[in-house]
Amino acid sequence: MLIQLIEKFGAIILRQLESLGRIVLFFLSGVINIFVLPFQFKKIIDHLWFIGSKSVFVIVLTGFFTGMVLGLQGYYSLVKFGSEAALGSAVALTLIRELGPVFTAIMVTARAGSAMAAELGVMRISEQIDALKTMHINPVRFLFTPRIIAAVISFPLLTALFDVVGIFGGYISGSIMLGINQYVYMDTVIKSIEIADITGGVYKAVFFGFIVTTICCYRGYYTHLSSGFGARGVSLSTTNAVVQSCIYIFIFDYIITFFLV
Amino acid sequence: MTLPFIQFIDVTKSFGSNHVLKGLNLSIFKGEIMAVIGKSGTGKSVLLKHIIGLVEQDSGQILIKGESRHQLSVAASRSFHKELSYMFQDNALFDFMNIYDNVALPLVENSKFSKTHIKEKVITRIKQLGLTGTLEKFPAQLSGGMRKRVALARALVTDPKVVLFDEPTTGLDPVRKKKVHSMIQEYQEQFGFTAVIVTHDIPEIFNIAQRIAMLDDGIIKFEGSKKDILDSHSKTLNAFIRGEDV
Repeated sequence: MLIQLIEKFGAIILRQLESLGRIVLFFLSGVINIFVLPFQFKKIIDHLWFIGSKSVFVIVLTGFFTGMVLGLQGYYSLVKFGSEAALGSAVALTLIRELGPVFTAIMVTARAGSAMAAELGVMRISEQIDALKTMHINPVRFLFTPRIIAAVISFPLLTALFDVVGIFGGYISGSIMLGINQYVYMDTVIKSIEIADITGGVYKAVFFGFIVTTICCYRGYYTHLSSGFGARGVSLSTTNAVVQSCIYIFIFDYIITFFLV
Repeated sequence: MTLPFIQFIDVTKSFGSNHVLKGLNLSIFKGEIMAVIGKSGTGKSVLLKHIIGLVEQDSGQILIKGESRHQLSVAASRSFHKELSYMFQDNALFDFMNIYDNVALPLVENSKFSKTHIKEKVITRIKQLGLTGTLEKFPAQLSGGMRKRVALARALVTDPKVVLFDEPTTGLDPVRKKKVHSMIQEYQEQFGFTAVIVTHDIPEIFNIAQRIAMLDDGIIKFEGSKKDILDSHSKTLNAFIRGEDV
């Protein structure tokens, strides 16, 4: 009984290690292929459109309401200490350092990451990935590499957009609705932000771009190994891709923050 | 004695507890059309995938021009694979690309041809397969038969030396079926490529294949010419051709 338990546990550990090894190799292969010519310019533009441009609406919407909520909550917390004038600073720093990169990554995972996993999963089960191999086309370079580049460009830009819209949302709820002087709000925003806050946010966004694209593409690409063939396999891969991406975003957010502060 | 171009020696392959190939022996000679027949699910597609390297055998050997595939130099292996083309049973067309891009893909990604030359080649194949007017459409907008022909056009656009066809005529009407068969035969005569066709088109395939192999229960039960088939006393083969269960 005990030996069986140990065997099962060992098998799980081995499976996880194997999967970890595969994901690292997949990531490295994708990154190395960035430097293989010819440059896949058109594909990168297509993915920039899909990951970046098409996420703008959802980022603006979530950024705006996140800023509004921060303005509202921040005001009621600060007013107790008579420090409501620091609302602009609180909203801006919270967004730029923390919520902007994290929420942007989560929203892009939900919108574009899930689509990547599903698309690659369908390509796997309908033998399109095998077809690439038979045509002597490196599937990782063809499918994964342009997505990494597009994500690494899109994530920081979308994060910046989220931050700006969020600060504006905080202004709406703090200044327009709750009556904090708008010049004071904007002044504390500008004065409190340092270049290190912005670069920290950018590092996080770039890192999350790598994480989300790698996990989502990996889950779709290897859907037959982890989730099986068929529509159910693709749906499981997609769910796993989104859940794992979100978990890793939070874990790495802590790790990066730990090194940045 | 002529050296086989591709040779399977005692090849076995299992997927979990499903033993698909159980010591398969088969020789494919250069410039011939070899048809592989057999019941559905007997491993015919798996056999083709071994040739192109999508599946690795568990044991046994696959020889390419007399040399074990695993012992080929990187250059020789690359050169062999560049000569190959594969037409998938379910077409494996890229649904995010239009028909032109689907057919042109192997040329665009691998050749140094000019855009004009690629366009010429693609349009020639498209015309030959009766697909004119579909260039801007996407695979989902075509019928099953048309998608099959697009897959065929993509397999032939690179002028390959070895073409592996996995049920190339399934889902086509009799007229198109005949057209595809005669096209394969015509191309083979013109360019002298080697073709391995997995098919259920019996007896039509006998008219174009120089040799036929029957795969049953994981092994080749019969291998020979059309005449050999007609003269054969194999119960399994005759029953299969007549559509009877043994």
